[in-house]
Amino acid sequence: MNESFSFEPERYELAAGPLYQFDLKLDLHRRRFFELLGGGLAVLLLTEDSDAQESGFGRRGSRGGQRPAQISAWLHVGDDGAVTVFTGKAEVGQNIRTSLAQLVAEELRAPLTAIRMVMADTQRTPFDMGTFGSRTTPDMGRQLSRVAAAAREALIDLAAEHFQCDRQSLRAADGKVAQTDSSEAIGYGLLTRGQQLLKSVADDQTTTPAERWNVAGTSVAKLNGRDLVTGAHKYASDVRRPDMLHGKVVRPIAFGATLAEVDLGAAEAMEGVTAVRDGDFVGVAAAEPLTAERASEAIRAVWNTRPQSSSETLFDDLRKDASEGGGRFGGRNVGSIEAGLAAADHQWKQTYTVAYIAHAPLEPRAAVAEWNDGKLTVWTGTQRPFGVRGELAQAFGLPEDRVHVIVPDTGSGYGGKHSGEAAIEAARLAKAAGRPVKLVWTREEEFTWAYFRPAGVIDVTSGVRRDGTLTAWDYVNYNSGGSAINMPYEVANQRIAFRPSRSPLRQGSYRALAATANTFARETHLDELARLVGLDALAFRHQNLKDARMRAVLEAVAEAFGWGGAKPDAEHGHGIAVGTEKGSFIASCAEVRVDRQTGAVRVVRAVAAFECGAVVNPNHLKNQIEGALVMGLGGALFEQIEFANGVIRNAAFSGYRVPRFRDAPRIEVVLIDRKDLSSIGAGETPIIAIAPAIGNAIFDATSLRLRSMPLALNG
Amino acid sequence: MARIKELNVNGQRRTLDADGQRTLLSALRDNLGLTGTKYGCGEGQCGACTVLIDGSPNRSCLTSLDDVGGRAVTTIEGLERDGQLHPLQQAFLDADALQCGYCTSGMILSAYALLQTKPAPSEEEIVHAMNGNICRCGTYRRIMAAIQQAAEKMEAIAS
Repeated sequence: MNESFSFEPERYELAAGPLYQFDLKLDLHRRRFFELLGGGLAVLLLTEDSDAQESGFGRRGSRGGQRPAQISAWLHVGDDGAVTVFTGKAEVGQNIRTSLAQLVAEELRAPLTAIRMVMADTQRTPFDMGTFGSRTTPDMGRQLSRVAAAAREALIDLAAEHFQCDRQSLRAADGKVAQTDSSEAIGYGLLTRGQQLLKSVADDQTTTPAERWNVAGTSVAKLNGRDLVTGAHKYASDVRRPDMLHGKVVRPIAFGATLAEVDLGAAEAMEGVTAVRDGDFVGVAAAEPLTAERASEAIRAVWNTRPQSSSETLFDDLRKDASEGGGRFGGRNVGSIEAGLAAADHQWKQTYTVAYIAHAPLEPRAAVAEWNDGKLTVWTGTQRPFGVRGELAQAFGLPEDRVHVIVPDTGSGYGGKHSGEAAIEAARLAKAAGRPVKLVWTREEEFTWAYFRPAGVIDVTSGVRRDGTLTAWDYVNYNSGGSAINMPYEVANQRIAFRPSRSPLRQGSYRALAATANTFARETHLDELARLVGLDALAFRHQNLKDARMRAVLEAVAEAFGWGGAKPDAEHGHGIAVGTEKGSFIASCAEVRVDRQTGAVRVVRAVAAFECGAVVNPNHLKNQIEGALVMGLGGALFEQIEFANGVIRNAAFSGYRVPRFRDAPRIEVVLIDRKDLSSIGAGETPIIAIAPAIGNAIFDATSLRLRSMPLALNG
Repeated sequence: MARIKELNVNGQRRTLDADGQRTLLSALRDNLGLTGTKYGCGEGQCGACTVLIDGSPNRSCLTSLDDVGGRAVTTIEGLERDGQLHPLQQAFLDADALQCGYCTSGMILSAYALLQTKPAPSEEEIVHAMNGNICRCGTYRRIMAAIQQAAEKMEAIAS
């Protein structure tokens, strides 16, 4: 057990090989599929090199000269006309259950109501690396579109046989195939009746261009919305199993603490309590949650701890402990920084910092674990069902096919639920108790034992000419990460480096990764340079930007916001920022009001323009962008994890301030719908430009330049 | 210690057998299977566990069964009538005022209580009444719009 609790903190890249290597010979799988499905038509997408790479499947192997392939998505049309789509992606509030179904309905020419999505279940859905990196729309969306298009073509083939006619005279629409020259039509269900057809998607399978979309591209309502507003939906924390117990873990008193001694006696003496010690893991299970809590409190544990650093010295520590860098974002050198600085009229050197922040998903980590005949089933909220299956298999020494992970639509993640701690803990307790165990982390546990968005220090030295031309860009990011670290503006001389450091806290993915930190530093610095040369912040950006898509969002946001317009009074300020990450583009404007007496900062208005190719669901996309702005506002203004000596000092919503109703500004979102471009994910990038827009607006209002996020901890 | 044998929930007498020091939240979820009420923080800071007790909004994570007694508890499961969503539930759907949905039950019940006392709340009154409820997905402005939509609809029904 020790090992499982000390696994490497998840960082920015997850490495794992494919878990399945299916043969291309579909016949081998026919029986398995139709045992499961009871006839009909099944269409599989077997990923080849390009798809596999884009899906992040990583290395590939081959067996005996055969080319292995892997099922990455599939759908089934039953003889009742019902369409079931199988994908390993998890719904965590980003609305992919709906958007993926829209893409399938579009290609299949089937009503949305006929489509059922089976998601994130390691026994029923194909392997998937995880739901992160904004990959669902560009990868799974495209894959499922192709699967559905292939299914439609197969159904037309079946109809051609049925009608004994040329398939060119047939047209699929509304769940039926109809003859174009008569009123004859046959439903998909009838077409697949008695069939056991297994097809794979042809390499050249095309999909419908976005210009011709009817269902995709529209603001369809959330498919399972009713279950969410009635409380009927069962999140992982809501799952109940027969004879289930409730678990509670005895936590170490500090990070990295080891168990010196423990006395389980008092807990074991309590009626119906199972107490477990396994390495440094200590926990209990009981029928009533309160009993488990009391039993955990009755356990006497002595921990060995070591001195650890604190928030106060964080940024010095990150600099001091930095490595030289390397990896994907190891560095970029163009021209000569020295020459660039020499050519500048102004040189500007500043340092920016970002704090550790917590994802604080409203549903904390939760799992229900159940053992049957040496097989383990776990319901848990995670963005990586197959990754958690791997963690469980490793923790308990099981082959992966004896572990079944089921992920109900989850109470959010924001990049914070890549790991399976609660699943492992619940499974360990269930194993000891011989009964299913539910474990729901407390808010304090979630704030302490999950992982954090990395803190970082960013040094920027730049050169700019009087006319606004950028001449040098020397940029080092310590620890926070390399996402969006590259310079989107034109600069002849660049030196860019990410230097990983030794993080005092467990750190990992967070919505948009380091793109928020890097965009904050860059866009704040750009604002400073614009002021230095006396140019308008928008004009200065346009002068140095060539990328047409980036310019387009900048123009759109400026127009919607009314950039350059009047402010109500001297307490108000306007700020603007732009960024790009993961292939999409965001520009944000903020209007803030800073109270001169109290220093309180209020964002009164936020406007964003976003472009992510062809929009699949405009209303849901707007909702994502609005949410990202609000969440980004929290990190910008007041979210910060405080720690000392291995302990989180503000592990509660009363100590860690997140955005609330009072903080939510009026929001306007402009979507740039590029139907000529393929659809890109949108759950992350909209968060990256709001912090510098707010910071720049604060400067506009106060002439006070803030370079550390959070900008107004007590504001 | 006292055992609680009965609760009045959503207009029904529900039997259970639970330690009176347990939270109402735990009893609803773990004994009665009413899992629409959510745990979010356990310190009354997020509002996910909000239920109505005799019509008033209450943080069920901080309310012991001993304190509930025979008073009427209303949870999210009690709002739907004869397959008809409550106007607030419908307004949340219409305004797409949710993402992951985990805060939604508490939001709707807090809003329900607000509309009982202020049938046509101003924006400031909504902010004031709802500020104790966290939506980490950040759909606050949509929730405000949903509450106003529901208020208008409820007023239209009432008049």
